[in-house]
Amino acid sequence: MMANNWQDRVATAIFWLSALFIVAILAGIIGYIIIKGISSINLDFILQPPSKAGREGGISTTIVSTGYLTLMSLLIAVPIGAGSAIYLEEYARSKNRFARLVNLTSETLAGIPSIIFGLFGFVFFVLFLEMGWSILSGSMTLAIMILPTITRTSQEAISAVPYEYRDNSLALGASKWQTVWKVILPSSLPGIITGIILSIGRAVGETAALILTAGSSLGMPLSPADPARTMSVHLYVLVAEGISMERAFGTAFLIVVLIMIINYFANLSLSKIAKSMR
Amino acid sequence: MEKIVEIDMIKSKKYKDKAGFRKRNNAMLKNINAEKLIETILLLSAAAFILVIVLITLFIFAKGVPLVMQVGIDDFLFNSDWRPMKGAFGIWAMFVGSLTVTFSSMLWAVPLGIITAVFMAEIAPPVIGRWLGRLIELLAGIPSVVYGFIGLIVIVPFIREVLGGNGLSVLAGAIILGIMILPTIINIARDAIMAVPQEYKESSLALGATHYQTIARVIIPAARSGIITAVVLGMGRAIGETMAVVMVTGNSTVIPENILSPVRTMTSNIVLEMGYAAGDHQAALFATGMVLFIFIVCLNLMVTISAKAGRK
Repeated sequence: MMANNWQDRVATAIFWLSALFIVAILAGIIGYIIIKGISSINLDFILQPPSKAGREGGISTTIVSTGYLTLMSLLIAVPIGAGSAIYLEEYARSKNRFARLVNLTSETLAGIPSIIFGLFGFVFFVLFLEMGWSILSGSMTLAIMILPTITRTSQEAISAVPYEYRDNSLALGASKWQTVWKVILPSSLPGIITGIILSIGRAVGETAALILTAGSSLGMPLSPADPARTMSVHLYVLVAEGISMERAFGTAFLIVVLIMIINYFANLSLSKIAKSMR
Repeated sequence: MEKIVEIDMIKSKKYKDKAGFRKRNNAMLKNINAEKLIETILLLSAAAFILVIVLITLFIFAKGVPLVMQVGIDDFLFNSDWRPMKGAFGIWAMFVGSLTVTFSSMLWAVPLGIITAVFMAEIAPPVIGRWLGRLIELLAGIPSVVYGFIGLIVIVPFIREVLGGNGLSVLAGAIILGIMILPTIINIARDAIMAVPQEYKESSLALGATHYQTIARVIIPAARSGIITAVVLGMGRAIGETMAVVMVTGNSTVIPENILSPVRTMTSNIVLEMGYAAGDHQAALFATGMVLFIFIVCLNLMVTISAKAGRK
């Protein structure tokens, strides 16, 4: 690896500078948001509902809406996502046409931009199924968006379970489902949890799809039929309509901190998986 | 499996008692039925994927196709007259807008992304490579609305003061979008470079090539198809991005003249007007989404097909 002529030295410099540049971008973004946002943060900002369209008060209702939507979408997507991962890895006759088709659709879904999901959620859930702009429409749309992530991470975790586990369980007289439920699922739980953590990150940051499906009411959502505005949508409205830069910084601060926490836990559970696979 | 157990049970003298046998047998049958039921439920959850993609296609096309037919494909796609209140639905300016912002962002993000991917896979000490990987995950996790916010309060004023114009421009979009697609490009390209067989590298080094000659002439060519996938998926991400772009590009519906002109993308068009659109106007926004959808699905299929060709 010794740089032995000027070309190599220039190349080395370019490589290190590129990496440094990316680190600088990230540090710049996070540092800026934290420095500018921290002065807006206090207990009232977190616990008080917004008033005057967000010009005053806090952002409590948007925090609750974010949690509500995230939780509901997980409730829908986790069983379906984990279920299909189990089917694809354990039941589908090794890579048959159906399994290939499901994998292809899962990849396609993962690549579709959120605005398309928003359009679909709007025409299907909001209008066609007459759910209106609501937590329900929003969380169904979100569920579709996080489904590929949950399925993919679950699939990876399930396929990493050693074959002997299955053989041993079946040899002891356990049925297929008993084997899946008592042996395979527990050993692949960390992978499924990683999928859930990544999905929470996606749900917290999602904006375009939710504007079109959950609406942007600032009220406190009680029933799933109520409309809601998440923190990310709130940030967009505050900035786009020039309502309050100070509160926008505070909201951005909370979103970034939340994403960093989620990211930390995702890394933690990923490294746990890496350790258990060794 | 269950059948063998059953036969064993029939043979076993333990169950000669008929009532007891029937009871056990019924329980067994119930188990078999439960197993079948569970398998069906699991099958249905996998089938949900197909159902969802069919529904998405169906509902968006059902809204979009009639309008495109009514306006005419030619006038819808290649006319840049967008005045929805007067019944003029031409998306050409926004189509060009989406491509302009996307390609300008790729202009800098693709080279930087590939260089960084090579750095992480080949040059960086493992500890630094790992940390860089984590930071890039964090970069990927920051929501687009936060990027848009940063773009609007940092990049846009900077462009306005240094380069002139009002700052809301193709350039601002390209800078922000580039940052956002970096993680996609880096992650996929890095995996592709890491997958290059060690022997290739060793043979090249054994022939007397330097590390950098090996990278440029052996490793990158060998990882070519993966790197192309990285670029194509990055492009898909850029063209579909909405919130960040809508906040920094100014959104006027004219074809941009230069890099400092304001521009409106197809995605921005949808999110800006959906709130109040009705009737034909709403259908035209769905038709815009339909064009975007077709574009993205084609990009994805290209990746899938080229990945298959690469495996052969």
